Amino acid sequence: MQTIKVDARRLLCPMPVIRLQDAMEPLPVGSQVIITCTDPGVKNDIPAWSRINGQSVLNIQEQDHEIIITVQKDSNE
Amino acid sequence: MTRKAAALISGGLDSLLAAKAIQQQGIHVEGINFFTGFCVEGHTHAIRKQDKDKPKRNNALWVAEQLGIKLHIIDIVDEYKDVVINPKHGYGANLNPCLDCKIFMVQKAHEWIQKKGFDFLITGEVIGQRPMSQRKQTMPIVAQESGAEDLLLRPLCAKNLPPTRPELEGWVDRELLHDFSGRSRKPQMALARHFGFEDYAQPAGGCCFLTDENYSVKLQDLWTNRGHKKYDLDDIMLLKVGRHIRPHKSYKLIISREEGETRFLSGYKKQFQSIKTISHAGPLALIEGATLNAEQIRLACAIVARFSKGKSSEQVELTYSAAGGEPETIHVSPLPAHEIPQHWYLL
Ligand code: SF4
Repeated sequence: MQTIKVDARRLLCPMPVIRLQDAMEPLPVGSQVIITCTDPGVKNDIPAWSRINGQSVLNIQEQDHEIIITVQKDSNE
Repeated sequence: MTRKAAALISGGLDSLLAAKAIQQQGIHVEGINFFTGFCVEGHTHAIRKQDKDKPKRNNALWVAEQLGIKLHIIDIVDEYKDVVINPKHGYGANLNPCLDCKIFMVQKAHEWIQKKGFDFLITGEVIGQRPMSQRKQTMPIVAQESGAEDLLLRPLCAKNLPPTRPELEGWVDRELLHDFSGRSRKPQMALARHFGFEDYAQPAGGCCFLTDENYSVKLQDLWTNRGHKKYDLDDIMLLKVGRHIRPHKSYKLIISREEGETRFLSGYKKQFQSIKTISHAGPLALIEGATLNAEQIRLACAIVARFSKGKSSEQVELTYSAAGGEPETIHVSPLPAHEIPQHWYLL
Protein backbone atom coordinates (compact mmCIF):
# COMPACT_ATOMS: atom_id res chain seq x y z
CA MET A 1 0.00 0.00 0.00
CA GLN A 2 1.33 3.39 -0.95
CA THR A 3 0.29 7.05 -0.86
CA ILE A 4 1.42 9.22 -3.72
CA LYS A 5 0.94 12.89 -4.48
CA VAL A 6 0.10 14.27 -7.91
CA ASP A 7 0.38 17.94 -8.86
CA ALA A 8 -2.30 18.79 -11.44
CA ARG A 9 -2.41 22.53 -10.78
CA ARG A 10 -3.14 24.72 -13.83
CA LEU A 11 -4.22 21.69 -15.82
CA LEU A 12 -7.72 21.81 -17.26
CA CYS A 13 -10.13 18.90 -17.35
CA PRO A 14 -9.79 16.18 -18.40
CA MET A 15 -6.00 16.38 -17.85
CA PRO A 16 -6.22 16.05 -14.03
CA VAL A 17 -8.40 12.95 -14.50
CA ILE A 18 -5.83 11.48 -16.89
CA ARG A 19 -3.01 12.22 -14.40
CA LEU A 20 -5.01 10.50 -11.64
CA GLN A 21 -5.85 7.51 -13.84
CA ASP A 22 -2.22 7.06 -14.92
CA ALA A 23 -0.89 7.48 -11.37
CA MET A 24 -3.34 4.92 -10.05
CA GLU A 25 -2.82 2.20 -12.62
CA PRO A 26 0.42 0.65 -11.31
CA LEU A 27 -0.50 0.98 -7.61
CA PRO A 28 -1.66 -1.96 -5.48
CA VAL A 29 -5.26 -2.04 -4.20
CA GLY A 30 -5.62 0.00 -0.99
CA SER A 31 -3.19 2.71 -2.14
CA GLN A 32 -4.15 6.36 -2.14
CA VAL A 33 -3.50 9.21 -4.53
CA ILE A 34 -3.67 12.80 -3.27
CA ILE A 35 -4.12 15.11 -6.24
CA THR A 36 -3.93 18.92 -6.12
CA CYS A 37 -5.87 20.77 -8.82
CA THR A 38 -6.99 24.28 -9.73
CA ASP A 39 -9.74 23.53 -12.30
CA PRO A 40 -12.99 23.45 -10.28
CA GLY A 41 -14.36 20.95 -12.83
CA VAL A 42 -12.45 18.22 -10.98
CA LYS A 43 -15.02 18.38 -8.18
CA ASN A 44 -17.43 16.69 -10.61
CA ASP A 45 -15.06 14.83 -12.88
CA ILE A 46 -12.86 13.01 -10.36
CA PRO A 47 -15.82 11.62 -8.36
CA ALA A 48 -17.52 10.61 -11.66
CA TRP A 49 -14.36 8.89 -12.90
CA SER A 50 -13.95 7.15 -9.52
CA ARG A 51 -17.56 5.92 -9.48
CA ILE A 52 -17.41 4.39 -12.95
CA ASN A 53 -14.02 2.83 -12.42
CA GLY A 54 -14.74 1.39 -8.98
CA GLN A 55 -12.46 3.66 -6.90
CA SER A 56 -13.43 5.80 -3.89
CA VAL A 57 -13.05 9.49 -3.23
CA LEU A 58 -12.14 9.78 0.45
CA ASN A 59 -11.89 13.51 0.79
CA ILE A 60 -12.27 16.80 -1.15
CA GLN A 61 -10.70 19.88 0.40
CA GLU A 62 -10.56 23.42 -0.96
CA GLN A 63 -8.14 26.17 0.03
CA ASP A 64 -6.97 29.31 -1.80
CA HIS A 65 -8.33 28.28 -5.21
CA GLU A 66 -6.76 24.83 -4.87
CA ILE A 67 -8.75 21.62 -4.66
CA ILE A 68 -7.10 18.63 -2.99
CA ILE A 69 -8.76 15.27 -3.55
CA THR A 70 -7.82 11.94 -1.99
CA VAL A 71 -8.79 8.86 -3.97
CA GLN A 72 -8.35 5.28 -2.83
CA LYS A 73 -7.75 2.41 -5.20
CA ASP A 74 -10.40 -0.22 -4.47
CA SER A 75 -10.27 -2.19 -7.69
CA ASN A 76 -7.57 -3.48 -9.95
CA GLU A 77 -9.71 -4.18 -13.00
CA MET B 1 -18.02 -16.77 -23.55
CA THR B 2 -18.81 -13.06 -23.16
CA ARG B 3 -17.37 -11.05 -26.00
CA LYS B 4 -15.77 -7.69 -25.26
CA ALA B 5 -16.03 -4.48 -27.26
CA ALA B 6 -14.34 -1.11 -26.85
CA ALA B 7 -16.55 1.86 -27.71
CA LEU B 8 -15.16 5.21 -28.83
CA ILE B 9 -16.95 7.64 -26.54
CA SER B 10 -16.94 11.29 -27.60
CA GLY B 11 -19.60 12.33 -25.10
CA GLY B 12 -22.25 12.96 -27.76
CA LEU B 13 -25.50 11.13 -28.29
CA ASP B 14 -24.36 8.87 -31.14
CA SER B 15 -21.56 7.19 -29.21
CA LEU B 16 -23.93 6.71 -26.27
CA LEU B 17 -26.54 4.97 -28.45
CA ALA B 18 -24.01 2.84 -30.31
CA ALA B 19 -22.54 1.53 -27.06
CA LYS B 20 -25.98 0.89 -25.58
CA ALA B 21 -27.13 -1.03 -28.67
CA ILE B 22 -24.18 -3.41 -28.32
CA GLN B 23 -24.41 -3.68 -24.56
CA GLN B 24 -28.03 -4.79 -25.01
CA GLN B 25 -26.79 -7.76 -26.99
CA GLY B 26 -24.93 -9.09 -23.95
CA ILE B 27 -21.51 -7.78 -24.97
CA HIS B 28 -19.15 -6.42 -22.28
CA VAL B 29 -18.44 -2.82 -23.31
CA GLU B 30 -15.77 -0.42 -22.05
CA GLY B 31 -15.32 3.13 -23.31
CA ILE B 32 -12.28 4.90 -24.71
CA ASN B 33 -12.11 8.67 -24.89
CA PHE B 34 -9.21 10.45 -26.57
CA PHE B 35 -7.87 13.79 -25.35
CA THR B 36 -6.34 15.71 -28.26
CA GLY B 37 -5.95 19.10 -26.54
CA PHE B 38 -8.60 20.59 -28.83
CA CYS B 39 -11.57 18.96 -27.08
CA VAL B 40 -14.41 21.34 -26.27
CA GLU B 41 -14.96 19.71 -22.86
CA GLY B 42 -15.29 22.25 -20.12
CA HIS B 43 -12.20 24.37 -20.74
CA THR B 44 -13.88 27.70 -21.19
CA HIS B 45 -16.12 26.88 -18.24
CA ALA B 46 -13.07 26.24 -16.14
CA ILE B 47 -11.48 29.52 -17.13
CA ARG B 48 -14.33 32.02 -17.42
CA LYS B 49 -15.85 33.09 -14.16
CA GLN B 50 -19.15 34.11 -15.74
CA ASP B 51 -19.74 30.53 -16.91
CA LYS B 52 -19.26 29.06 -13.47
CA ASP B 53 -22.93 29.04 -12.50
CA LYS B 54 -23.87 26.71 -15.31
CA PRO B 55 -23.49 23.07 -14.32
CA LYS B 56 -20.36 21.68 -15.86
CA ARG B 57 -19.74 18.07 -16.57
CA ASN B 58 -17.46 15.99 -18.69
CA ASN B 59 -19.82 14.46 -21.22
CA ALA B 60 -17.71 11.38 -21.88
CA LEU B 61 -17.71 10.54 -18.16
CA TRP B 62 -21.44 11.26 -18.05
CA VAL B 63 -22.08 8.89 -20.97
CA ALA B 64 -20.01 6.15 -19.33
CA GLU B 65 -21.96 6.58 -16.13
CA GLN B 66 -25.29 6.33 -17.96
CA LEU B 67 -24.10 3.11 -19.52
CA GLY B 68 -22.50 1.77 -16.34
CA ILE B 69 -19.22 1.15 -18.19
CA LYS B 70 -15.59 1.94 -17.46
CA LEU B 71 -14.03 4.82 -19.33
CA HIS B 72 -10.37 4.98 -20.28
CA ILE B 73 -9.30 8.54 -21.10
CA ILE B 74 -6.20 8.51 -23.25
CA ASP B 75 -3.84 11.44 -23.73
CA ILE B 76 -2.88 11.61 -27.42
CA VAL B 77 -1.83 15.28 -27.47
CA ASP B 78 1.68 14.62 -28.82
CA GLU B 79 0.89 11.96 -31.39
CA TYR B 80 -2.14 13.90 -32.60
CA LYS B 81 0.01 16.84 -33.72
CA ASP B 82 0.93 15.07 -36.92
CA VAL B 83 -2.77 14.60 -37.71
CA VAL B 84 -3.42 18.34 -37.33
CA ILE B 85 -0.26 19.47 -39.08
CA ASN B 86 -0.21 17.08 -42.06
CA PRO B 87 -3.65 15.62 -42.68
CA LYS B 88 -3.36 13.29 -45.65
CA HIS B 89 -7.04 13.76 -46.49
CA GLY B 90 -7.02 17.52 -45.89
CA TYR B 91 -9.03 19.87 -43.73
CA GLY B 92 -12.78 20.45 -43.50
CA ALA B 93 -14.42 23.89 -43.50
CA ASN B 94 -11.92 25.08 -40.87
CA LEU B 95 -8.71 23.47 -39.57
CA ASN B 96 -10.55 20.26 -38.69
CA PRO B 97 -8.84 17.19 -40.18
CA CYS B 98 -11.90 15.02 -39.46
CA LEU B 99 -11.18 12.05 -41.69
CA ASP B 100 -7.54 11.69 -40.63
CA CYS B 101 -8.67 12.22 -37.03
CA LYS B 102 -11.21 9.39 -37.25
CA ILE B 103 -8.65 7.07 -38.84
CA PHE B 104 -6.11 7.91 -36.15
CA MET B 105 -8.54 7.38 -33.27
CA VAL B 106 -9.79 4.08 -34.66
CA GLN B 107 -6.18 2.99 -35.19
CA LYS B 108 -5.32 3.83 -31.56
CA ALA B 109 -8.45 2.05 -30.34
CA HIS B 110 -7.55 -0.97 -32.46
CA GLU B 111 -4.10 -1.10 -30.86
CA TRP B 112 -5.79 -0.81 -27.46
CA ILE B 113 -8.16 -3.76 -28.01
CA GLN B 114 -5.28 -5.93 -29.16
CA LYS B 115 -3.30 -5.10 -26.04
CA LYS B 116 -6.26 -5.57 -23.70
CA GLY B 117 -7.73 -8.69 -25.31
CA PHE B 118 -10.99 -7.19 -26.54
CA ASP B 119 -12.77 -8.67 -29.56
CA PHE B 120 -13.91 -5.65 -31.58
CA LEU B 121 -14.57 -1.92 -31.57
CA ILE B 122 -17.58 0.26 -32.11
CA THR B 123 -18.16 3.88 -33.04
CA GLY B 124 -21.28 6.02 -33.22
CA GLU B 125 -20.65 6.95 -36.87
CA VAL B 126 -23.66 7.36 -39.14
CA ILE B 127 -23.41 7.47 -42.93
CA GLY B 128 -24.04 10.99 -44.24
CA GLN B 129 -24.08 12.56 -40.80
CA ARG B 130 -21.02 14.72 -41.30
CA PRO B 131 -19.93 16.11 -44.66
CA MET B 132 -16.26 15.20 -44.36
CA SER B 133 -15.69 12.15 -42.25
CA GLN B 134 -18.97 10.25 -42.22
CA ARG B 135 -19.84 9.52 -45.85
CA LYS B 136 -20.48 6.19 -47.52
CA GLN B 137 -17.09 6.41 -49.30
CA THR B 138 -15.17 7.26 -46.13
CA MET B 139 -16.47 4.36 -44.02
CA PRO B 140 -14.21 1.75 -45.69
CA ILE B 141 -11.28 4.22 -45.70
CA VAL B 142 -11.48 4.54 -41.91
CA ALA B 143 -11.70 0.75 -41.48
CA GLN B 144 -8.77 0.06 -43.84
CA GLU B 145 -6.34 2.85 -43.07
CA SER B 146 -6.75 2.39 -39.31
CA GLY B 147 -5.95 -1.31 -39.62
CA ALA B 148 -9.15 -2.23 -37.75
CA GLU B 149 -10.70 -3.64 -40.96
CA ASP B 150 -13.72 -5.82 -40.21
CA LEU B 151 -13.35 -5.50 -36.44
CA LEU B 152 -14.87 -2.04 -36.68
CA LEU B 153 -18.63 -2.12 -36.19
CA ARG B 154 -20.92 0.92 -36.49
CA PRO B 155 -24.12 -0.20 -34.75
CA LEU B 156 -26.18 2.84 -35.83
CA CYS B 157 -25.70 2.28 -39.56
CA ALA B 158 -24.44 -1.33 -39.73
CA LYS B 159 -27.32 -2.47 -41.91
CA ASN B 160 -26.22 -0.07 -44.65
CA LEU B 161 -22.69 -1.48 -44.66
CA PRO B 162 -21.20 -4.89 -45.46
CA PRO B 163 -21.34 -7.29 -42.48
CA THR B 164 -18.35 -7.12 -40.16
CA ARG B 165 -16.68 -9.94 -38.30
CA PRO B 166 -18.74 -9.53 -35.07
CA GLU B 167 -21.87 -9.96 -37.22
CA LEU B 168 -20.52 -12.82 -39.36
CA GLU B 169 -19.28 -14.74 -36.33
CA GLY B 170 -22.65 -14.27 -34.60
CA TRP B 171 -21.17 -12.30 -31.66
CA VAL B 172 -23.87 -9.73 -32.38
CA ASP B 173 -27.18 -10.07 -34.19
CA ARG B 174 -27.11 -7.85 -37.31
CA GLU B 175 -30.90 -7.79 -37.39
CA LEU B 176 -30.99 -5.88 -34.11
CA LEU B 177 -28.60 -3.20 -35.40
CA HIS B 178 -29.71 -0.01 -37.19
CA ASP B 179 -29.79 1.55 -40.65
CA PHE B 180 -29.59 5.26 -39.88
CA SER B 181 -28.29 7.57 -42.59
CA GLY B 182 -28.24 11.26 -43.44
CA ARG B 183 -28.16 14.39 -41.40
CA SER B 184 -31.50 14.01 -39.63
CA ARG B 185 -31.21 13.53 -35.89
CA LYS B 186 -34.74 12.15 -35.54
CA PRO B 187 -33.84 8.42 -35.51
CA GLN B 188 -31.21 9.06 -32.83
CA MET B 189 -33.66 11.04 -30.75
CA ALA B 190 -36.27 8.30 -31.04
CA LEU B 191 -33.73 5.65 -30.02
CA ALA B 192 -32.62 7.82 -27.07
CA ARG B 193 -36.26 7.99 -25.96
CA HIS B 194 -36.56 4.22 -26.38
CA PHE B 195 -33.54 3.67 -24.14
CA GLY B 196 -34.79 6.31 -21.68
CA PHE B 197 -31.88 8.74 -22.11
CA GLU B 198 -32.51 12.42 -21.46
CA ASP B 199 -30.28 15.41 -20.99
CA TYR B 200 -27.64 14.20 -23.44
CA ALA B 201 -25.16 16.52 -25.14
CA GLN B 202 -25.86 17.62 -28.71
CA PRO B 203 -22.71 19.27 -30.05
CA ALA B 204 -23.62 21.43 -33.02
CA GLY B 205 -20.47 21.65 -35.14
CA GLY B 206 -18.26 18.85 -33.97
CA CYS B 207 -16.43 17.51 -31.01
CA CYS B 208 -13.49 19.89 -31.04
CA PHE B 209 -12.32 23.49 -31.37
CA LEU B 210 -10.81 22.79 -34.79
CA THR B 211 -14.30 23.06 -36.30
CA ASP B 212 -14.65 26.55 -34.85
CA GLU B 213 -13.90 29.37 -37.29
CA ASN B 214 -12.57 31.85 -34.72
CA TYR B 215 -10.30 29.24 -33.21
CA SER B 216 -8.99 28.15 -36.61
CA VAL B 217 -8.19 31.77 -37.57
CA LYS B 218 -6.07 32.08 -34.41
CA LEU B 219 -4.29 28.79 -34.98
CA GLN B 220 -3.56 29.68 -38.61
CA ASP B 221 -2.24 33.08 -37.48
CA LEU B 222 0.09 31.34 -35.01
CA TRP B 223 1.43 29.03 -37.70
CA THR B 224 1.82 31.78 -40.31
CA ASN B 225 3.66 34.16 -38.01
CA ARG B 226 5.95 31.52 -36.56
CA GLY B 227 6.75 30.23 -40.01
CA HIS B 228 6.05 26.62 -39.02
CA LYS B 229 3.13 24.55 -37.85
CA LYS B 230 4.56 23.23 -34.59
CA TYR B 231 2.60 23.82 -31.38
CA ASP B 232 2.54 22.68 -27.79
CA LEU B 233 -0.32 22.18 -25.35
CA ASP B 234 0.09 25.68 -23.83
CA ASP B 235 -0.19 27.26 -27.30
CA ILE B 236 -3.49 25.59 -28.07
CA MET B 237 -4.91 26.23 -24.59
CA LEU B 238 -4.08 29.93 -24.85
CA LEU B 239 -5.94 30.18 -28.17
CA LYS B 240 -9.11 29.48 -26.19
CA VAL B 241 -8.63 32.39 -23.80
CA GLY B 242 -8.88 36.18 -24.03
CA ARG B 243 -8.83 38.74 -26.80
CA HIS B 244 -5.98 38.23 -29.27
CA ILE B 245 -4.47 41.32 -30.91
CA ARG B 246 -1.48 41.22 -33.24
CA PRO B 247 0.17 44.61 -33.80
CA HIS B 248 3.23 43.03 -35.46
CA LYS B 249 4.34 39.80 -37.08
CA SER B 250 6.78 39.16 -34.24
CA TYR B 251 4.33 39.36 -31.31
CA LYS B 252 0.70 39.36 -30.26
CA LEU B 253 -1.18 40.27 -27.09
CA ILE B 254 -3.53 37.93 -25.25
CA ILE B 255 -5.71 40.21 -23.13
CA SER B 256 -7.99 38.78 -20.43
CA ARG B 257 -11.68 39.66 -20.65
CA GLU B 258 -12.68 38.93 -17.07
CA GLU B 259 -11.40 37.81 -13.69
CA GLY B 260 -11.36 34.08 -14.40
CA GLU B 261 -9.23 34.65 -17.50
CA THR B 262 -6.93 37.00 -15.58
CA ARG B 263 -6.32 34.28 -13.01
CA PHE B 264 -5.75 31.66 -15.70
CA LEU B 265 -3.32 33.86 -17.67
CA SER B 266 -1.38 34.82 -14.53
CA GLY B 267 -0.31 31.18 -14.30
CA TYR B 268 1.78 31.83 -17.43
CA LYS B 269 3.70 34.88 -16.18
CA LYS B 270 6.90 32.88 -15.71
CA GLN B 271 6.89 31.82 -19.36
CA PHE B 272 5.64 34.98 -21.07
CA GLN B 273 6.19 38.73 -20.96
CA SER B 274 3.17 40.32 -19.31
CA ILE B 275 1.44 43.68 -18.82
CA LYS B 276 -0.93 44.62 -15.98
CA THR B 277 -2.81 47.85 -15.31
CA ILE B 278 -2.04 49.41 -11.91
CA SER B 279 -3.79 52.79 -11.64
CA HIS B 280 -7.11 51.43 -12.86
CA ALA B 281 -8.87 48.09 -12.75
CA GLY B 282 -8.05 46.26 -15.93
CA PRO B 283 -6.89 43.16 -17.66
CA LEU B 284 -3.72 41.14 -17.60
CA ALA B 285 -2.07 40.65 -20.99
CA LEU B 286 0.51 38.08 -22.03
CA ILE B 287 2.82 38.77 -24.93
CA GLU B 288 3.35 35.83 -27.18
CA GLY B 289 6.40 36.12 -29.42
CA ALA B 290 9.68 38.02 -29.45
CA THR B 291 10.97 40.20 -26.59
CA LEU B 292 9.53 43.69 -27.10
CA ASN B 293 11.70 46.79 -27.56
CA ALA B 294 10.94 50.01 -25.63
CA GLU B 295 8.68 51.40 -28.35
CA GLN B 296 6.74 48.15 -28.66
CA ILE B 297 6.30 47.99 -24.87
CA ARG B 298 4.71 51.47 -24.93
CA LEU B 299 2.38 50.52 -27.78
CA ALA B 300 1.40 47.24 -26.08
CA CYS B 301 0.74 49.09 -22.81
CA ALA B 302 -1.39 51.70 -24.63
CA ILE B 303 -3.47 48.89 -26.14
CA VAL B 304 -3.92 47.14 -22.78
CA ALA B 305 -4.85 50.49 -21.15
CA ARG B 306 -7.58 50.87 -23.76
CA PHE B 307 -9.27 47.76 -22.30
CA SER B 308 -9.04 48.99 -18.68
CA LYS B 309 -11.35 51.18 -16.63
CA GLY B 310 -8.92 53.99 -17.39
CA LYS B 311 -9.62 53.97 -21.12
CA SER B 312 -10.95 57.58 -21.04
CA SER B 313 -8.23 58.88 -18.69
CA GLU B 314 -5.27 60.98 -19.78
CA GLN B 315 -2.80 58.51 -18.38
CA VAL B 316 -2.78 54.97 -17.11
CA GLU B 317 -0.07 53.35 -15.04
CA LEU B 318 0.84 49.78 -15.94
CA THR B 319 3.65 47.34 -15.32
CA TYR B 320 5.55 45.42 -17.93
CA SER B 321 7.42 42.27 -16.85
CA ALA B 322 9.79 40.15 -18.86
CA ALA B 323 9.09 36.40 -18.55
CA GLY B 324 9.53 35.58 -14.86
CA GLY B 325 11.07 39.06 -14.35
CA GLU B 326 10.50 42.05 -12.09
CA PRO B 327 7.73 44.52 -13.04
CA GLU B 328 8.75 47.82 -14.59
CA THR B 329 6.38 50.80 -14.27
CA ILE B 330 5.15 52.46 -17.49
CA HIS B 331 2.82 55.45 -17.95
CA VAL B 332 0.91 55.79 -21.23
CA SER B 333 -2.19 57.36 -22.72
CA PRO B 334 -4.70 54.66 -23.70
CA LEU B 335 -4.85 54.07 -27.44
CA PRO B 336 -8.20 55.30 -28.78
CA ALA B 337 -10.36 52.51 -30.19
CA HIS B 338 -10.14 53.88 -33.75
CA GLU B 339 -6.34 53.71 -33.68
CA ILE B 340 -6.39 49.94 -33.29
CA PRO B 341 -6.75 48.72 -36.88
CA GLN B 342 -9.41 46.09 -37.33
CA HIS B 343 -6.95 43.64 -38.89
CA TRP B 344 -4.96 43.53 -35.64
CA TYR B 345 -7.88 41.76 -34.01
CA LEU B 346 -7.79 38.02 -34.48
CA LEU B 347 -11.42 36.98 -34.46
S1 SF4 C 1 -14.48 17.50 -34.98
FE1 SF4 C 1 -12.37 17.38 -34.20
S2 SF4 C 1 -12.34 15.55 -32.85
FE2 SF4 C 1 -14.21 15.43 -34.14
S3 SF4 C 1 -13.57 14.19 -35.92
FE3 SF4 C 1 -13.28 16.36 -36.51
S4 SF4 C 1 -11.14 16.80 -35.99
FE4 SF4 C 1 -11.69 14.91 -34.91
